[in-house]
Amino acid sequence: MTGWRDHDLPLLAMWAEPGQAHAAFWDGAAVALARTPAPDNRFPTLSDKYPAAAWFERAIHDLWGLEAAGGADGRPWLDHGNWPILNPMSGRPVRHGAIPAQPDFLGAAGEGVHQIAVGPVHAGIIEPGHFRFHVVGETVVRLEVLLGYAHKGTLALMLGKSPRAAARFPARLSGDSTVAHSWAFALAAENAAGIVAPPRALALRAAMGELERVANHLNDWGAICNDAASPAIHARTGLLREILLRAGPAPFGHRLMMDRILPGGVAADIEAIGGLVAALDRIAAELPALERITASHVTLQDRLLGTGIVTPALATLLHAGGVVGRASGRAFDARTLLAPYDELDFAPVTREAGDVAARLELRIAELRDSLRMLRLILAGLPDGPLSTALPHGPGEGVAMVEGFRGECFCWLRLDDGGLIQGAFQRDPSWLHWPLLEAAVQGNIVADFPLINKSINASYSGVDL
Amino acid sequence: MLWPRLAKNLLARPLSEPPPPIDPAEVAELAARLDATARRRLGRSLAIRQVDAGSCNGCELEISATQNVVHDLERFGLRFVASPRHADVLLVTGPLTRNMRQALARTRAATPEPCFVVAVGDCAVDGGVFKGSYAVESEIEAILRPDLVVPGCPPTPTRILGGLLTLLAAQE
Repeated sequence: MTGWRDHDLPLLAMWAEPGQAHAAFWDGAAVALARTPAPDNRFPTLSDKYPAAAWFERAIHDLWGLEAAGGADGRPWLDHGNWPILNPMSGRPVRHGAIPAQPDFLGAAGEGVHQIAVGPVHAGIIEPGHFRFHVVGETVVRLEVLLGYAHKGTLALMLGKSPRAAARFPARLSGDSTVAHSWAFALAAENAAGIVAPPRALALRAAMGELERVANHLNDWGAICNDAASPAIHARTGLLREILLRAGPAPFGHRLMMDRILPGGVAADIEAIGGLVAALDRIAAELPALERITASHVTLQDRLLGTGIVTPALATLLHAGGVVGRASGRAFDARTLLAPYDELDFAPVTREAGDVAARLELRIAELRDSLRMLRLILAGLPDGPLSTALPHGPGEGVAMVEGFRGECFCWLRLDDGGLIQGAFQRDPSWLHWPLLEAAVQGNIVADFPLINKSINASYSGVDL
Repeated sequence: MLWPRLAKNLLARPLSEPPPPIDPAEVAELAARLDATARRRLGRSLAIRQVDAGSCNGCELEISATQNVVHDLERFGLRFVASPRHADVLLVTGPLTRNMRQALARTRAATPEPCFVVAVGDCAVDGGVFKGSYAVESEIEAILRPDLVVPGCPPTPTRILGGLLTLLAAQE
């Protein structure tokens, strides 16, 4: 436990329960939790100190009905005025039937400034969200992102269920990070119950986590190159990803490994791994050539270098982790805290430039390291049981797992019967979206898809 | 260098797989349901507009995978287009969140007739695990009546491709 405002620790997440607000900070070695009562549904703001707190405070207002006194931004966020109730997580939601109001966007003034509105339905096969650009000629002066379109009420659906029954919701918080969020949720439930999953389950979780990272990094690599008009690289990374996803189901039973991690352990044992190892070999064999092409293709590098810079100062201000933070010099990777990475000789990779090229380079470096660790994990799988029963009792647990984007955070409170009384899952994208808004400033509109792809924040993961 | 590699790939055998088998009974049943004039007008090519109505993005990953070199859906005359104005098919995913209801209805209104609706994934079929949430429409059919459903969480690219090929075969 730490204080609410009497320190300067990096902020990880904020959420609430009826009558109190919560925050999680990083004390340099572990997660430090803080809470503050909210008499009259008001609590002291953090957004005057932490810019990242503004989005959390808006979400807390929409879901729990608590107001951040003196907060930087009082506009609604997830609630677009379409739900039949107000403040659905407040414990006493009221009916709502008013006509939804038009959203207010932050403005920009000056000669020749005009707006471009994009979304929520986009031109590609991507998630829904609204982007409001203010531009002068080709140059973006301001971008504001409006999310919430994919809000499914996930947190409310988890309440009152046993951790086992609720596990299908974190598995569908953000489909591309299904393993990482399921893992964080399972660890939080285990920490709340005071148990540790058996060694074989820990190793299998790490194997799935690294497979998910390899598949997604391949995807992002190809997608970034495709947006910079290099479809040949996209075609090859797409092929390698497909080879990997096909090799995955044999041992894990699902292409995306959804619902494979449960509180207490894993859902099923791994079967024949020969095909998976062959797929890893195939990817490792093609990696050097693909990397050489990416690095030496002049027209491609011309688009990537110096584009969409997230300065190290800004990454530090937002306390961003993951690929975005590490490509801007923040050596924060939650794998350093987690078993079995302590046995895998793991160290975070960083870059300093903070541009699209640095984020791509970092992903490729991580991909190579994930392939190395995967071989070690698969070669040394410990024997033993797959899961431990979760005792039914009260508790509070927190966990952080490094997904392919960054650290996936989960907080859980279990009641006397071991059912979920409070829950919050924070996707790393909460801290990446504001950096996208900043990184786009001063770039041309045509580079927005490229910059957006290089950050690749999750919509559903933030919308909850 | 890219050029030697492109030359090598040009001479190599294609990586695409044969199309997934489709069920003739399913085709006949779908053909009976579809409007005959619509079938004549759309012919053997379908332009698809994908709309995410609040999915977890799992379905988007697998829909995107239908475009990779292994599944290569464009060889069947199927292609994704950037605007509903150009589309013959709306490929809808997600449990239809209340926040996406208006956007989906407007996308449908912007799509010219004839328009087929394909619901992809368990969420789009009946809300999936999110069924009953305050944030999700309980009746997806209140807005759109799917002509074809592809269940799964998420369905594999092979199943999605199979569904689209069934729709294509029902045009004949």
